[in-house]
Amino acid sequence: MVPQLPLRQIYVASSLWKKNLAAAGPQKFTQEFIDKQVEEFEVGKRHLANMMGEDPETFTQEDIDRSIAYLFPSGLFEKRARPVMKHPEEIFPKQTAIQWDAEGRPFHFLFYTGKQSYYSLLHDVYEKILYMRLIQLMELLLSMPYCSLEEEFILKFRKQLEVQSSKYEIPALQYDPQGVAFSVADGRRKSAKASITLRDSGSGNITINGRNYLHYFPVLQNREQLMFPLLFVGMMGRFDIEGSVEGSGHSAQAGALRLAISRALLSFVSEGEVEKMRQAGLLTADPRIRERKKPGQEGARKKFTWKKR
Amino acid sequence: MQCYGFIGLKHTITHNAALFLTLSGRSSKGNMAAGVLTGVRQVLRGPRLVSAVFSCHGQTFSSAAAAPDTAAAEKILNFPLTQPDYFRLSELFTLKDLFEARVHLGHKKGCRHRLMEPYLFGSRLDTDIIDLEQTAEHLQRALNFTAHVAYRGGIILFVSRRRQFGHLIETTARECGEYAHTRYWKGGLLTNASIQYSPGVRLPDLILFFSTLNNVFQQHVGIRDAAKMNIPTVGIVDSNCNPSLITYPVPGNDDTPVAMEMYCRLFKMTINRAKDKRRQMELLKGISASV
Repeated sequence: MVPQLPLRQIYVASSLWKKNLAAAGPQKFTQEFIDKQVEEFEVGKRHLANMMGEDPETFTQEDIDRSIAYLFPSGLFEKRARPVMKHPEEIFPKQTAIQWDAEGRPFHFLFYTGKQSYYSLLHDVYEKILYMRLIQLMELLLSMPYCSLEEEFILKFRKQLEVQSSKYEIPALQYDPQGVAFSVADGRRKSAKASITLRDSGSGNITINGRNYLHYFPVLQNREQLMFPLLFVGMMGRFDIEGSVEGSGHSAQAGALRLAISRALLSFVSEGEVEKMRQAGLLTADPRIRERKKPGQEGARKKFTWKKR
Repeated sequence: MQCYGFIGLKHTITHNAALFLTLSGRSSKGNMAAGVLTGVRQVLRGPRLVSAVFSCHGQTFSSAAAAPDTAAAEKILNFPLTQPDYFRLSELFTLKDLFEARVHLGHKKGCRHRLMEPYLFGSRLDTDIIDLEQTAEHLQRALNFTAHVAYRGGIILFVSRRRQFGHLIETTARECGEYAHTRYWKGGLLTNASIQYSPGVRLPDLILFFSTLNNVFQQHVGIRDAAKMNIPTVGIVDSNCNPSLITYPVPGNDDTPVAMEMYCRLFKMTINRAKDKRRQMELLKGISASV
């Protein structure tokens, strides 16, 4: 005989063995249960159609609703409290599909992180970023002083781009009845518009608006601006310049004329020279214009006097 | 008698019962999974307790799996356990490979963890040097264990919190057909699994830590959680890590890209080898059964 050990009653408060209903979450239904409900719905739909004297094959959801409203008239104001007959998919809450196969192994390789779609997206984005990082590192390599030693390696990943300056439209070279070559070009700066005719085999005379440039531009700086393109390409005494300019002030007019002269020069000059002129900034139109005055301020930048109190 | 004892346990110590429940049948429909897992538990517990475990299964669970049916299926599962290096993993790496991958380099002397001292030679110019002979032994054991788990169809989880190598580890896991977690570790992923995921989820059977520290240089929460849930862990411990709770620690460098790539390569090769071997054995069994 096995001696019975005295069993001691363990008293526990009732709150411990009552099930916590809230913690269970929304009620879960098995797939078989839902399938059975769907079957019953289909059968019930056919019965209802027979009852109403309609054709079971072409009995739509609206017909169902109408029939139910006829058979079970309800005076309740709340529409959701009235009797309803709908497909079980709409009534029972959607179940999340099982995320693992028969052996219990999850399908997605990031399942155990909890947020598998988000982290798999991050994983894919990282691969793209790797490529951008590669580009950054190549640029860094090129910025090093002795990068010409690794030129072979770098050229494996680089393609030669066409030179940018070929995008400029060079004004056509026209010929006088005497056979003298000349070209016409325009230039603008800050609301000053200029038009230039460059004539070849001249002696370096410059006429603007019918007057000599010495009279038109008494200030040295403006005359320098006119001369600079010719000085840069080294064709100082070769051309005769005839120009007309209007608008803005003297400095802006000089700038407009300079741009026009550089553009006209393009037709007399070789490809390499064109690239050099572009890099010197002769062919870039100056985009600076007068900044507007803002309300609450004296001018564009100047503010009213600031008083502490 | 023993079964009675177990039932007693089930009522009083709820946490351990939850553990036992998860141990024995981690999926709600525990058919093949439970069979596989009882196999793993057999390995860990020893042959003597097998009968006790099975009889208790019979008592407490009506839906418990039947023991592996045919002798052939048992042979497939038990035969690799009879040999020390069934998957021939010692040919995957040599001491020289470890040295060239800079596995022997630890952190500075000031960062050293007291429990790592047995695994270190000492320090040279203030940097700790890890004993590669011990590392090789430990790595061999760890790879062998991983191979056996993969052979028996266990779920392996690759964990690391180093941002530098997160992508590499995720890619390795994907190529093996296993799982990875290189992101922020939420609190109850292992201990509160039935609520974090869905009720019938199966937890990993092995967790590989490629770096046991998280971004704030504290021990990764996963080590403690795995120990709580009785999940074996394999971890690469550097000289500033705590190797105590890890089942198969592997002292080695976890900071250099070369070293990490080497580890990833080794684990991928072991897992693929083990899975291929399993498929081979299943095919042979299928052929011999039909014959």
